[in-house]
Amino acid sequence: LKLQEYRSKQILASFGVPLQPGEVATSPEEARAAAERIGGPVVVKAQVLVGGRGKAGGVKLAATPDDAAQRASEIIGLDIKGVTVQTVLVAPAADIATEFYLGLILDRSAKALTIIASAEGGVEIEETARTNPDAILRLPLDPMLGLQRFNVRQVSFFLGIPERLRSVFAETLQGLYDAFIGSDADLAEINPLVVTAGGELLALDAKIVLDDSALYRHPNLEAMRDLNEEEPSEIAAREAGINFIKLDGTIGCMVNGAGLAMTTMDLVKLAGGEPANFLDIGGGAKADRVAAAFRIILDDLSVQAILVNIFGGITRGDEVARGIVEARGTLERDVPMVVRIVGTNAEEAAEILRQANLITAGSLDEAADKAVTAARTSG
Amino acid sequence: MSILVGRDTRLVVQGITGREGEFHSRAMLEYGTDIVAGVTPGKGGQSALDGRVPVFDTMADAVRQAGANASCIFVPAPFAPDAILEAADAGVSLVICITEGIPALDMLRVYHAMKGKGVRLIGPNCPGATTPDQAKVGIIPGSIHRAGSVGLVSRSGTLTYEVVQAMSDAGIGQSTCVGIGGDPIVGTSFIEVLDLFNQDAETEAIVIIGEIGGEDEERAAAFVAREVRKPMAAFIAGRTAPPGRRMGHAGAIISGGAGTAESKRTALEAAGVRVADSPSHIPALLRAAGVP
Repeated sequence: LKLQEYRSKQILASFGVPLQPGEVATSPEEARAAAERIGGPVVVKAQVLVGGRGKAGGVKLAATPDDAAQRASEIIGLDIKGVTVQTVLVAPAADIATEFYLGLILDRSAKALTIIASAEGGVEIEETARTNPDAILRLPLDPMLGLQRFNVRQVSFFLGIPERLRSVFAETLQGLYDAFIGSDADLAEINPLVVTAGGELLALDAKIVLDDSALYRHPNLEAMRDLNEEEPSEIAAREAGINFIKLDGTIGCMVNGAGLAMTTMDLVKLAGGEPANFLDIGGGAKADRVAAAFRIILDDLSVQAILVNIFGGITRGDEVARGIVEARGTLERDVPMVVRIVGTNAEEAAEILRQANLITAGSLDEAADKAVTAARTSG
Repeated sequence: MSILVGRDTRLVVQGITGREGEFHSRAMLEYGTDIVAGVTPGKGGQSALDGRVPVFDTMADAVRQAGANASCIFVPAPFAPDAILEAADAGVSLVICITEGIPALDMLRVYHAMKGKGVRLIGPNCPGATTPDQAKVGIIPGSIHRAGSVGLVSRSGTLTYEVVQAMSDAGIGQSTCVGIGGDPIVGTSFIEVLDLFNQDAETEAIVIIGEIGGEDEERAAAFVAREVRKPMAAFIAGRTAPPGRRMGHAGAIISGGAGTAESKRTALEAAGVRVADSPSHIPALLRAAGVP
């Protein structure tokens, strides 16, 4: 779960990171009022999760409250990479002297929380990694000890933090670490962390990505999810307990198991088609969940055929087949369906499917071929 | 002798009285796995699976009284890290955790706490391990196997079954099949399983099934180039996965341009591994590599 900048800043501030969180606004009037309360020049920033909002005109300076209202009216409603801006953050403008990058990630290979720091702030860390890898410090932390003061000093000296700012830098890094642990994050970053012309250390922008598996113990963070930026079909899928990701193709896929679901997409592509989605229906493939999955897939009007690939194993294939036929009967829109069921009672399953006029296939390769052909014919 | 599980496995199932735990324990028992105990706190003294398996309150009791040497965990995610640590503390040598959805920070702590204790963790979020005709620990359907000499290691569940079925249908049997799990932090990596297969006299060839995310496959490729002389075939899932999205498995994500299927395929091919375009091509690649 990716959090918006203003949410990320709220969390960091609550863990002691020095920053000026600013105020959110959803209308020019609110932006004006926020700018009046803040006083002085402000920056109005589109709250979207997609990258490149600055280049898209989603970040603007405003000298006065009237100016802030004007900027907000330009940004709210703006389309940034397919997302319509609904909320802006109004924050005090900073006169930047120096910019840093400061982040914390879970490094899978090192099996450690790792600090990433760079004196080249304000650009994406992946960009710095490509252009100037030596400018990046990667510091894995001892998993049993966590962040120690000597770690903080290592980062501080690497970045060349001036002496009078070292204690506030220590608070910043400690706060970032505490926020990461306290919110069960996957990634927490401040970019840029700046020294202002007035000599203040400030976190100007922040991003937190949460570990989805840990959300069950953070209901307050789950509530920060921004539904405005999620596909409605993905929201519906999550509510039905289905793993679903929308793509741009014409062949809907319904599969049990994540690895097999990815493989099914790959084979659709190999057969000359384009997958319309990733969908892992999970274990059991019960009729109500199958029906929900069909509805979610068919909501996408570009879908011209559906490929169902269920490796039953322990689950009985004929039960899955009955579930599919039953679920199909409840649908408002119909497209050709190619169904492959492997497992116990696979032959009975195939018979049930044939009687219901569904296309069957023995192998996954054959199923992908038939789905691509069916999509071409029906589209 | 194959690897990890076999005739010597004396299994305890943690969470044996739960719905999943009971269902799969029954399948394991029917396959011939020696389940010597179950553990459900508060149900010690009862029995499970129609009186065939004694249930204990603690793992310590299961090891001391029933002589368990391996554990299989079906405990829900919020309680699974504690169950893993309890198993390690009780002194079993192998812990296979099936549970999906354990927070990564919990697994980080568990992973490091287990280091140096002489206990191997497989998973979490994995289908388990099966040595055909000897023992099945986990949820891999027993019917798809055929005993033989090809070792298989995978990050996936049903995709593994797909490949195993294709191999068995083609008359290629397996020494042991191991699912290491789809989470970002797992107890045992590809390299460690490859090392076991490499040293196992009964394994003559190896299949590796990877997917997008992380760099475990790339590391495995470097290990293969250095150490493995047995014929190998591979499949990598996720060529069409969009970057930045988690593809079902918590660990299956392309981030910052790293962890792509292409990168893994290139690394494995450079190490001399034959990489299939489809799981169904694995048997032919094994034959081409000299597997009878």
